[in-house]
Amino acid sequence: MAKGVKIALAGEGGQGVQSVAMILTEAAYAMGKEALYIPNFGVEQRGGVSVAFVQIDDEKIGSPKFKTADIVVALSDRAVRRTTMYCDQETLFFYDDNIEDVEEDLPKNSKKVVALPAIKVAKEELHPRVFNVVVMGAVIGATGVVTEEKAKEALESKLGYKFEQNPELREMNFKALQRGMEIVKEVM
Amino acid sequence: MSVQPQMPKSWRSETKPHKFCPGCGHPLILKALGEVIDELNIADRTVFGCDIGCSLLAWDFFNVDTIQTHHGRTTPVIVGLRRANENVIGIAYMGDGGGYAIGSQHLVNSAARDEKVFVLLANNTQYGMTGGQMAPTTLPGQKTETSPYGRDTELTGPPVQGPEMVAAISGENAYVARGTVGNVRQLKKFIKKAIQNVMEGRGFAFVEALSLCPTNWRTNAEDTWKFVEKDMATYFKVGEIKVPGEKKEG
Amino acid sequence: MTKPIEGEKKVFMTGNEVVAWAALAAGAEIMYGYPITPQNEIMHYWTRMAPKYGRKFLQTEDEISAGFTCTGGVLAGKRAFTATAGPGNTLMQEPMSMAEMMRIPTVLIVCQRGGPSTATVIYSQQETTMTCYGGNGEGFRIVYSTATHQELFDYTIKAFNTAWKYRFPTFVLGDGYQSKMRESLSIYDPEARNIEMVRAEPYVVKGGVPGENRDPAHLRNTYNMEEELYEVIMDHAREYEKIAPEIIEYEEYECDDADVLLVAHGVVSRAAKGAVKELRQDGKKVGHFKPVTLRPFPEKELLERAKAAKQVIVIESAYGQLDKLVKSHLYGCSTPIAQYFRPGEGITIEEVVQETKKYL
Repeated sequence: MAKGVKIALAGEGGQGVQSVAMILTEAAYAMGKEALYIPNFGVEQRGGVSVAFVQIDDEKIGSPKFKTADIVVALSDRAVRRTTMYCDQETLFFYDDNIEDVEEDLPKNSKKVVALPAIKVAKEELHPRVFNVVVMGAVIGATGVVTEEKAKEALESKLGYKFEQNPELREMNFKALQRGMEIVKEVM
Repeated sequence: MSVQPQMPKSWRSETKPHKFCPGCGHPLILKALGEVIDELNIADRTVFGCDIGCSLLAWDFFNVDTIQTHHGRTTPVIVGLRRANENVIGIAYMGDGGGYAIGSQHLVNSAARDEKVFVLLANNTQYGMTGGQMAPTTLPGQKTETSPYGRDTELTGPPVQGPEMVAAISGENAYVARGTVGNVRQLKKFIKKAIQNVMEGRGFAFVEALSLCPTNWRTNAEDTWKFVEKDMATYFKVGEIKVPGEKKEG
Repeated sequence: MTKPIEGEKKVFMTGNEVVAWAALAAGAEIMYGYPITPQNEIMHYWTRMAPKYGRKFLQTEDEISAGFTCTGGVLAGKRAFTATAGPGNTLMQEPMSMAEMMRIPTVLIVCQRGGPSTATVIYSQQETTMTCYGGNGEGFRIVYSTATHQELFDYTIKAFNTAWKYRFPTFVLGDGYQSKMRESLSIYDPEARNIEMVRAEPYVVKGGVPGENRDPAHLRNTYNMEEELYEVIMDHAREYEKIAPEIIEYEEYECDDADVLLVAHGVVSRAAKGAVKELRQDGKKVGHFKPVTLRPFPEKELLERAKAAKQVIVIESAYGQLDKLVKSHLYGCSTPIAQYFRPGEGITIEEVVQETKKYL
């Protein structure tokens, strides 16, 4: 049985983790894979940590949520604290290296804890608002769950109307995706 | 040779004599309604909904398609029906408990949405079918089973002014009136205008009819009429309250 | 007017969107609704799409009204439906009990959220008992519990047909997970799959003049005498029992030689199935039985499997609601029944594997 990939993405509202989950699963679906995405939609959706649970597999997916993830991505200090519960010895834990004072809170038992310079890359090389696309690139780089090409198509279908008005935006998003894939290779 | 009183054509003779108590106000209201249905010739497209409370006794009263619903819920059933079939003339019939207490949210919101239905409400100042408890319309000082020392308005508020409330919340095209079984000719006129308002798809229609309940009021004939014409009329002003594009009567 | 769906197509969407598409495809003519999470997007999608196909919507003042206006729509002869969750489902039980008494084929989609009370807007299976047996009645209803988006689509369409064929209120029991999650499924025009939609007919205003060339429809739910009521209820009971074998649906997974039988419904059955898959790889004789209809319940079929097993485990996101159903239908079966209850919480494959191992 092919082992599917389980991903938990967490961040502050507005950091775009739900969009990343959506684009990622759309891309996987477009590749003919089974994909399931469920947002955490409790009262936390207002002013709390936003979590997206994503599963991508070659076979039909079982329960919509999972105990532990293969990949956890935490984009804020609160997100780090919120998501350590999804880690076990198999988990790859990513957090942004811009987050301060979380050393104590990082998971102790996971396979690997990796600081990702996503905020920095977005801010210095691109634009802060494509930060989440850098993160998506990193997830794709680490897992290979979807191809770069399909990810671009999914971005196009989600943001195409914005790209039409401003073609530079397309370039920036595609670049962000690529940089995400690169930085994850550099830090791992 | 006895002379049969004239019965509206829309009354179902097979179910007469009706099941209401002697001296009850319902048959008077339903006679006025029946005559209007006859005059407008709408028995084929009318759906009559009756509530829980004494109004339910009208479930087989008419030669008109009838739905007896739950306490307070006749308004939404008729609203849902009229929304699904705009050819239907929907009439929701209920008492003051059904309209002003348990079903008040439905009355208020249907009026606010300007649903094209006619709500006809019999106000006899108490819950008849359950044995004469206090209602939102019970008069100050009136004795009922749950206000045995007389209604204390300090504790329970004043009598609800139903049509005034409906008039306040409904749109320009609503028809709102209060009639009384003490003046059936006028009541019938109000009912007719109300039905015409919904027939023409103009807007919501609401008529409250001051009614009689000698059984629970424990009144003789004279005191029964005195109660409705004097006591009730003090609190509940009879007349048209809202008439789309017309001068009011009363 | 063009059809909402031509033929068949593969899509990736949320469960609430699935329900709206299914209702459109089924030819539902009007939806009545009141906002409550996690049901809202059914209304959102419906109100965006419905006018394009000449369908209607009414937003009511509460769920009591949504349910009763829905009965009104059905009485007018329309395929009408409503949807709700949690405390809204509680209010909906009043109109649904009227539908039960008067044999009004309403369709209600339930998106279970945590309970009791307001609890969470997220997920549970705590509306199982209420959806099956709510109101002051006997539970003469049809309840489909769905596990996947495909089932959500299939059974929403089927609900309209079952309701109108048998004239019992029909429920699709989903949950907040299904409402909010996205996964793939095929949506289709029922005709493309040779599914014939059962005709909806008016109960009132059926043509002709009442009292002249036909009798008036006098529909009621109140009776004067206990004997009168008894006859009505017994008629319903006989009818319900007669049609039950035609309606009952269930799914079995690796049950043939199962020593341990996992019983779960709805979305939890995905975890049960996943666990069976995993345990079977280790050679463990585990199987999964999923009742699709909770009312009527696949009693004979479960009883047969349970008798052949050495252990039954009931798994649910509630504190014993499915368990009660299962036990009442397994009367006379001596196989021990264990429980795994996670009221208001999702259940994962990992947990079910772990729990099942205790009995292997």
